[in-house]
Amino acid sequence: MKRMLMAATCGLTMILASGASTAQDESQGLSSDYVKVGVLSDMSGVYKALEGPGAVVAAQMAIDDFGGSVLGKPIKLVSSDHQNKPAVASSTARQWIDRENVDMITGLDNSAVGLAVQGLASDKGVITMNTGSGTTELTESQCTEYGIHYVYDTYSLPVGTATAIVKNGGETWFFITADYAFGHSLEDNTSMVVENLGGKVVGGVEAPLGTTDFASYLIQAKASGADVIALANAGSDTVNAIKQANSFGIVEQGQQMAGMLVFLTDVKALGLETAQGLQFTTAFYWDRSDEARKWSQRFFEKHGAMPTMVQAGVYSATLSYLEAVKKAGTDDADAVREVLGDMTINDMFVQGGDILPNGLMTHDMYLVKAKSPEQSEGPWDLLEVVATIPGEKAFIPLSESACQLLDK
Amino acid sequence: MNRIFWVLLIGLGLAAPFLIYPVFAMKLLCFALFACAFNLLLGYVGLLSFGHAAFFGGAAYITGHVVKVWGFPPLAGILTGTLFALVLGAIFGKLAIRRQGIYFAMITLALAQIIYFLSLQLEFTGGENGLQGIPRGQLFGVIDLSQPLAMYYTVFAIFMIGFLIIYRAIHSPFGQVLTAIRENEPRAISLGYNVDRFKLMAFILSATLAGTAGATKAIVFQFASLTDVHWPMSGEVVLMTLLGGMGTLFGPVVGATAIVAMYNELSAMGSWINVIIGGIFVVCVLTFRRGIVGELARLLRSRS
Repeated sequence: MKRMLMAATCGLTMILASGASTAQDESQGLSSDYVKVGVLSDMSGVYKALEGPGAVVAAQMAIDDFGGSVLGKPIKLVSSDHQNKPAVASSTARQWIDRENVDMITGLDNSAVGLAVQGLASDKGVITMNTGSGTTELTESQCTEYGIHYVYDTYSLPVGTATAIVKNGGETWFFITADYAFGHSLEDNTSMVVENLGGKVVGGVEAPLGTTDFASYLIQAKASGADVIALANAGSDTVNAIKQANSFGIVEQGQQMAGMLVFLTDVKALGLETAQGLQFTTAFYWDRSDEARKWSQRFFEKHGAMPTMVQAGVYSATLSYLEAVKKAGTDDADAVREVLGDMTINDMFVQGGDILPNGLMTHDMYLVKAKSPEQSEGPWDLLEVVATIPGEKAFIPLSESACQLLDK
Repeated sequence: MNRIFWVLLIGLGLAAPFLIYPVFAMKLLCFALFACAFNLLLGYVGLLSFGHAAFFGGAAYITGHVVKVWGFPPLAGILTGTLFALVLGAIFGKLAIRRQGIYFAMITLALAQIIYFLSLQLEFTGGENGLQGIPRGQLFGVIDLSQPLAMYYTVFAIFMIGFLIIYRAIHSPFGQVLTAIRENEPRAISLGYNVDRFKLMAFILSATLAGTAGATKAIVFQFASLTDVHWPMSGEVVLMTLLGGMGTLFGPVVGATAIVAMYNELSAMGSWINVIIGGIFVVCVLTFRRGIVGELARLLRSRS
């Protein structure tokens, strides 16, 4: 018994000692002997293709392109699966920050995960660069000092789409809306823009989350005679609606289909036969510019698929963060956040990207249209860019932001 | 045999925040209490509820709301959440216990899905964003719960209270009747017991404690989300209970620890984690149906 007690004491001492030794000296302005970037994403569930392992590849590419070290210290990368469970994400993020000295967390698809981790990280003075979730809450009422929302939000996507389509002559709109807060906010944002630009909302229906049979809604949409049928939903709801719209021949008979929240992976999964003519807004398309094409080819060689806007965003966010650390000469969150706020981000992902005080990164968005199978020249030649939506139009302007940080 | 487990439980419980990451330890305790509450129903009454996520997640939302918006202190918040689970349990129980077997499971699942859709639709839950930023506050107005150790020992105390309530319930005449109902319901009826009333009481007790677990989790993690009320959560607790040993006092604790630890440790493996856990479940059902603790207990018994 006595011996066991001794062993236990020794064990405990060792654990405590090893804990103490992780507290690093603060030489050179860095909090530890390295700068560590964490990619927290869904590696096994619905967002896997959108972000997931591809985001880890993108972050590693950013680190390699940066030279693998900053301020003379190596850059490390950690990644983990949050399984779309906010509790898992939150405990992983806590451990990363408390035990592994992670300096910046990116990824964070799934809005509940995004909000939970942003809140937690900001409390602990760690920067988050959210590339994956869409909720505007991240930079509105739940904005934080160190939280940055990088790629897109549920304002910029529908608003961008609506702005561009109304200008191109799509004046009357019909909504198929997912019947919960998210769907309603998509619809509200879109119809506001449509009406401001002189368009008209002629009707709408609400479909419960997880609807598989959209036939009755689509018949109503078709009968309404609206120029544009807008899908204010996401994920499998959008995919199901588009599939069935195709079998009703809606696009062929002259009505336009607009998705409020569609990603490259959705178009790839649907196939051009089904998706053709679908319009939506994206922050990035791999074939849009030479730089993007070149980077995307490199990404393709490593990952086996073309990057989504979210994955390209992870690359850009990681690169911007590392540049800011270099400029600031420290990984102290306040200093880095200040540099990030002053920087104008120019890379293959964005031109003229600007991070506002509420954490929102504003940049140009692009209205794209899914090509027809005849137009497509390769397995990833899926979209054409129809219009560019300037950054100041695409995002909630600072003057209208509900972020309480701005009151100071 | 049981004494060893008690010593282990309390000893490990007290030492845990020094051995493992405190937040992880708190998560373990919340799920362990959830599984124990569930086991009371499945293991001792033989009722398979597939809707326990409603109590767990529902209580989490209520607690989050009263603490965040109405400014309740944390303990009062947890009690409010627990009370909500009790009322919800009474309603669900009253409806569900009229049927048995698969029908019972289906009714509880359907009722729980109503709570899920309500959580998705109602304004105060924040929909798919979840209810975020719940303050941990101060215990009795003096102990600052943002300190990991203070929070941990609070959670541990709550867990022990819940665990002791279950222990008392099982080892009381009430618990004996429950076991009798599980073994042979017609005989229990013929002995003059009002079987439905006993079942309902067990259901309410189980729901209430599941609510306590959810409410505590909301305070620990400072948010409540749809994951807590969605049906996979109901499935996970079944898995924890079966793996640990259904109908054993300590089984659910072991099962919850194993499952939560696996989700935590294997998270780097991506999609494989679901395959691994599924595989373990299959092996468990095929080869050791009594669960980890159940098999251990049988081994020890056959030796002595």
